[in-house]
Amino acid sequence: MIPFLIKGLVRDRTRSLFPAITVIAGVVLTVFLQTYLKGINSNMSDASAAFSTGHLKLVSRAAAKEGEQASNELAVNKVAALLEQVRQQFPQLLWTPRIRFGGLIDIPDDKGLTRAQAPIFGFGVDLLRADSVDRQVMHIERSIVRGRLPSARNEVLISDGLANQLGIGPGTVATLISTTMFGSMSTSNFTIAGTVNFGVRAMDRGAMIADIGDLQTGLDMEDSAGEILGLFRDSLYHRAEADAVADAFNARWTKGDDEFSPTALTMHGQPGVSELMDYIGIVTGGIIAVFAIVMSIVLWNAGLIGGLRRYGEVGLRLAFGEDKGRLYRGMLIEAVTIGLFGSIVGTILALLPAYWLQVHGWDLGYLFANSSLMLNNVIRTEITPVAFVIGFIPGLVANVVGTAIAGIGIYKRQTASLMKELEA
Amino acid sequence: MTPRMKLLILWLACLTVAGVAAQAPPQPPSADSILKKIDENQVAGSRITVYEMTIRGRRGSRTMKAKSWVQGVDRAFTEYLEPAREAGTKMLKLGDQLWTFSPSTDRTIQIAGHMLRQSVMGSDMSYEDMMEDPKLQNLYNATVVGDGTLLERPCWILELKAKPGAAPSYDSRKVWVDKERFLPLKEERYATSGKLLKTTEIKSVRQYQQRWVAERAVFVDALKNDGGTDFVVTSVEFDAKIPDHVFSQAALRK
Repeated sequence: MIPFLIKGLVRDRTRSLFPAITVIAGVVLTVFLQTYLKGINSNMSDASAAFSTGHLKLVSRAAAKEGEQASNELAVNKVAALLEQVRQQFPQLLWTPRIRFGGLIDIPDDKGLTRAQAPIFGFGVDLLRADSVDRQVMHIERSIVRGRLPSARNEVLISDGLANQLGIGPGTVATLISTTMFGSMSTSNFTIAGTVNFGVRAMDRGAMIADIGDLQTGLDMEDSAGEILGLFRDSLYHRAEADAVADAFNARWTKGDDEFSPTALTMHGQPGVSELMDYIGIVTGGIIAVFAIVMSIVLWNAGLIGGLRRYGEVGLRLAFGEDKGRLYRGMLIEAVTIGLFGSIVGTILALLPAYWLQVHGWDLGYLFANSSLMLNNVIRTEITPVAFVIGFIPGLVANVVGTAIAGIGIYKRQTASLMKELEA
Repeated sequence: MTPRMKLLILWLACLTVAGVAAQAPPQPPSADSILKKIDENQVAGSRITVYEMTIRGRRGSRTMKAKSWVQGVDRAFTEYLEPAREAGTKMLKLGDQLWTFSPSTDRTIQIAGHMLRQSVMGSDMSYEDMMEDPKLQNLYNATVVGDGTLLERPCWILELKAKPGAAPSYDSRKVWVDKERFLPLKEERYATSGKLLKTTEIKSVRQYQQRWVAERAVFVDALKNDGGTDFVVTSVEFDAKIPDHVFSQAALRK
């Protein structure tokens, strides 16, 4: 029966072509939107984790209280011993110390006097080791525009835009004027090894990346770090596991009477991040749900109209004595066939451009010109297992339900009145 | 009435007026004259000062020693002597420009723009505080708003409001001024919004060459969550002859 019905669908385009096109269009839109919004969501949390929040962050209690405004005066001490302990106790995370700093970059003229100056902010990261976590998660190597990775002490990277603004490049010696952990002014000379463009507007406006060892010396922060980031090895944020790690860490290390004792903050527990993550999750989930419902209603209606359009045909077949159940099952099989076909084709048609956009991305940097959000300029889609099934909700389920409701009418029609209906 | 009686009545009347006048509170001098006397006491032709700053932060306190050479209101040179990490750091002010020299980088760097609002060596004073014209008369209009007692000394309480076009670092100040020595014993400095930015309290004073000097003062940046900065003057020499080459960029590298 099923091959017979499929053959009928293929040969009678009025029964197959329009419904199939409708289903395909609906599924393509639903699947592509889901991958696009998922991509934006991941983009924001990935960039934030790599540059700012980590999946977990260890800071002093005093720094946790002051949030983003915390200065290096509130840094974590005895970092080497702490790192060794957390690497043993929580091996599921990669742990890396960071120092954030702000100040001025000063470029000398040939007499050693100030030629150019600009405000700068930056990160002290593990820059020199080949197996550095920071080089990996911040994609430092692939972000280099000019020059090379630092390979010796006191070599740094600065953002390419800032280098162009100051008229400097690889090889230039610059002085960083900043503040030590104890509040004194610090000045340190650095050689610019290369320029970088992270594709994150907040970073590319004027950032310096230096080796944390150089900054510990320059900012009087021996064996100290502003924060220690923890990142899950699979790069994905596991909220429940992050909570468990934070609880275990805080139970052992955090002391209520010592404002400089370390405390663990999960990504969603950091000020502003929790609200932002929840908001983005709710908004993207809501958009996808609303869109899927709307598409379901459209395709349900398509199923209903398809059923009603065949009112005469159904009457004729009933008049010829065809069994109502067989007729109803036949219509359902046709709807399932069209729904399956449309959902599969629609999902494939949506995933092709989604995959292209996942690989190549869409540069929206011009939209973030003045943004301070840790958001990658290049928006990419993200294909997850959900993308392979979400199209079947409107494409298959809604279409079949529509047909099933329309088909109930078959059972209400009286054989005695069929001929009169057909004559009319 | 006899002439003798008239004379007696006149004499009694004079006595009464004199008694009433003696009991009335003394009229404050004009606010401008108080400002003028403050400036006369504080601003000398030249001054060489050695001082210690103890900066109390959340991680403890640290003390640094410095020597400064000041000529008039436009030229100043400071060299940090202790501790070892800061020793050899020098600062030069010429008019409205400020340079700093750091021996660790062998660089002379101009401090400008928003850096001027930063703290000097982590203390509660900013570069702007150092750069500002020390003559209050040039920057503020003053009003006497009352009097009080500080360090067991009677004081006038003055409110200072920025003169139009003067653009000082602080829009207004409230100053407690010793009525006899014309030395400010306490100061509160406010932003345009009325927010308290800094306070200065003198803890002890000393006279050097007929001038009264704050020997020990505590500066507190109200926006910082720390214990403030103690400023202790070890020695002062007024109207000393300072060679011109001290106030040059070349002196920074010596």
